[in-house]
Amino acid sequence: MATILVLADHTAGTVTKATTEVLTLARRLGSPTAVALGPGAQAAADTLVQFGADDVLIAPEEELLTWLVTPKVAALQAAAALTAPSAILLASTAEGKEIAGRLAVRLGSGVITDAVDVAADLTATQSVFGGDTTVHSRVTRGTAIITVRPNAVTAESSPGAGRLADLAVVLTDADRRVRIVEHADAVTAGRPDLAEARIVVSGGRGVGSAEGFTVIERLADTLGAAVGASRAATDAGWYPHQYQVGQTGKTVSPQVYIASGISGAIQHRAGMQTSKVIIVVNKDPEAPIFELADLGIVGDLFTVVPQLTEEVERRRG
Amino acid sequence: MKIAVCIKQVPDTWSEKRLSPSDATLDRAAAEGVLNELDEYAIEEALRLKEGHGGEVTVVTMGPERAADTIRKALSMGADAGLHLCDEALHGSDACATSDALARILAGRGFDLVIFGCESTDARMSVIPAMVAERLDWPQATFAAEVQVAAGVLTVRRQTEAGVDTVTANLPAVVSVVEKINEPRYPSFKGIMAAKKKPVETLSLADTGIEAATVGLAAAWSAVTDFAARPPRAQGEIMSDDGDGGRRIADYLVTNRLI
Ligand SMILES: Cc1cc2nc3c(=O)[nH]c(=O)nc-3n(C[C@H](O)[C@H](O)[C@H](O)COP(=O)(O)OP(=O)(O)OC[C@H]3O[C@@H](n4cnc5c(N)ncnc54)[C@H](O)[C@@H]3O)c2cc1C
Ligand SMILES: Nc1ncnc2c1ncn2[C@@H]1O[C@H](COP(=O)(O)O)[C@@H](O)[C@H]1O
Repeated sequence: MATILVLADHTAGTVTKATTEVLTLARRLGSPTAVALGPGAQAAADTLVQFGADDVLIAPEEELLTWLVTPKVAALQAAAALTAPSAILLASTAEGKEIAGRLAVRLGSGVITDAVDVAADLTATQSVFGGDTTVHSRVTRGTAIITVRPNAVTAESSPGAGRLADLAVVLTDADRRVRIVEHADAVTAGRPDLAEARIVVSGGRGVGSAEGFTVIERLADTLGAAVGASRAATDAGWYPHQYQVGQTGKTVSPQVYIASGISGAIQHRAGMQTSKVIIVVNKDPEAPIFELADLGIVGDLFTVVPQLTEEVERRRG
Repeated sequence: MKIAVCIKQVPDTWSEKRLSPSDATLDRAAAEGVLNELDEYAIEEALRLKEGHGGEVTVVTMGPERAADTIRKALSMGADAGLHLCDEALHGSDACATSDALARILAGRGFDLVIFGCESTDARMSVIPAMVAERLDWPQATFAAEVQVAAGVLTVRRQTEAGVDTVTANLPAVVSVVEKINEPRYPSFKGIMAAKKKPVETLSLADTGIEAATVGLAAAWSAVTDFAARPPRAQGEIMSDDGDGGRRIADYLVTNRLI
């Protein structure tokens, strides 16, 4: 069976959900070989096998994590030389896409980013223009290098053969040029991950202040939802940047998206308009976000949202 | 410091974007072309670095004739010169060909820094900066929320969904910027007038040594097999809050089994 190479994203051995999704997809295309790098790679192997890796190639050297992007490109290049894969899959994160792009140049291969699905014949499905158009495309030269959008595939565990082997990665001087001198993980607040949540409750400039966001958080916690924010709110410092939804933030596609005090600028819509159901609370009946609403309430979020929270709590008893 | 800024003309953000039925490339004629918003931040950052360190800012674009408008805009913001790669044969180029073409026109011109936006609003791939860096064999410090240069060393605060990194590299280097980095200036009247006299060099493929057979739609390393537009969203019910707006939403969620 054809080998599908998958780059494992992990922090000290904890594999990201996006990687388990990519492995789930890879199983449908062939025999997954995961590549795990840096300290913790050995520990990551368990999860990788659980989600379908038939082989795990491990390069545990710490140095692979001290330089930005390029060591991971070199590692995938080495793994590709070893396994002659029919496709190389990565999670479509900022880093994943950059690794894919550089690898495409090194291997002389085409690259497709942000796939929401990949068929057995390696045809990728993409959802472009903010979800307005669905495109099918194929890599026509070299090994198909495809990045897969987080949360597009449902991860299912199904153990693979689980053979572990060492991977020798030789870094050149060119791979050692951008030093990571400091790293701070994005902090999570114990709520569901924004990109993965079934319900997202978002606030914008209308929320007015950092304290105002407690109204949004309370509703989110009552619904077991994630909190999102518009750029106006993250720029003002009311909510951390990592919760920004939109073109330059996260793309979300939950069952329910509740937007309060958000006008619906095109850059915001680009990140949420494929949500299944959209509910809007806004004072201004002319706000463009109402165009997307399945249910819209023209009103003050500081009365509507707390009432909604109370009502959900009351009905739950 | 000699700085290049790569900018792209994209369809106006508010316009409806569609693919042309004939060749599945973006129908650029269907919408007004504007400067990719994130590239305005790249231009602004270049201008600020020039103000702090001295030097020169050249804007570089690959695109059809009308993409010259984006160069004019950048020049009116304060950039010093423009470089426009314009050739019919480039139509439909993919990321591999685009990065190759850009790297070739950037190489050998003595740039210390090449700044990109971190994403174009039409392709939304976020790969061109890294691919150009790979082709130039330069370091990349991308997704910058802050850029500093001192004594030939670049320090960037990199902001992605994985967190915040501080990275350093020697010049020459490739940088891409996120929208948090600055607030782009508007062109002044004086700037607009001055832009008319600034030099813009237009290059064809023949000038760059790129073979026409290696670029464009036919030579792309990936190809669209088919596409379909999603049906537009139908607007639902909009009502004003008569004191029971919150309860109405709760009703809706329960009735539709969403909670
Ligand atoms: C390059 C670039 C990238 C961008 N990327 C993003 C992105 O990723 N995500 C993003 O969100 N934006 C992005 N933007 C910004 C975007 O253009 C808008 O500026 C932003 O989305 C506006 O946020 P907002 O809707 O919260 O604020 P506003 O547009 O100011 O809207 C606030 C809304 O709140 C309503 N309101 C006020 N008070 C109340 C109240 N008490 N109750 C109910 N309603 C109230 C108002 O009627 C108004 O409609 C980007 C812009 C650029 C140029
Ligand atoms: N045709 C082009 N000409 C010049 N710069 C470009 C071109 N295409 C992309 N870029 C640059 O690359 C960045 C990322 O684009 P992309 O990888 O398409 O999302 C943009 O913000 C631009 O700075």
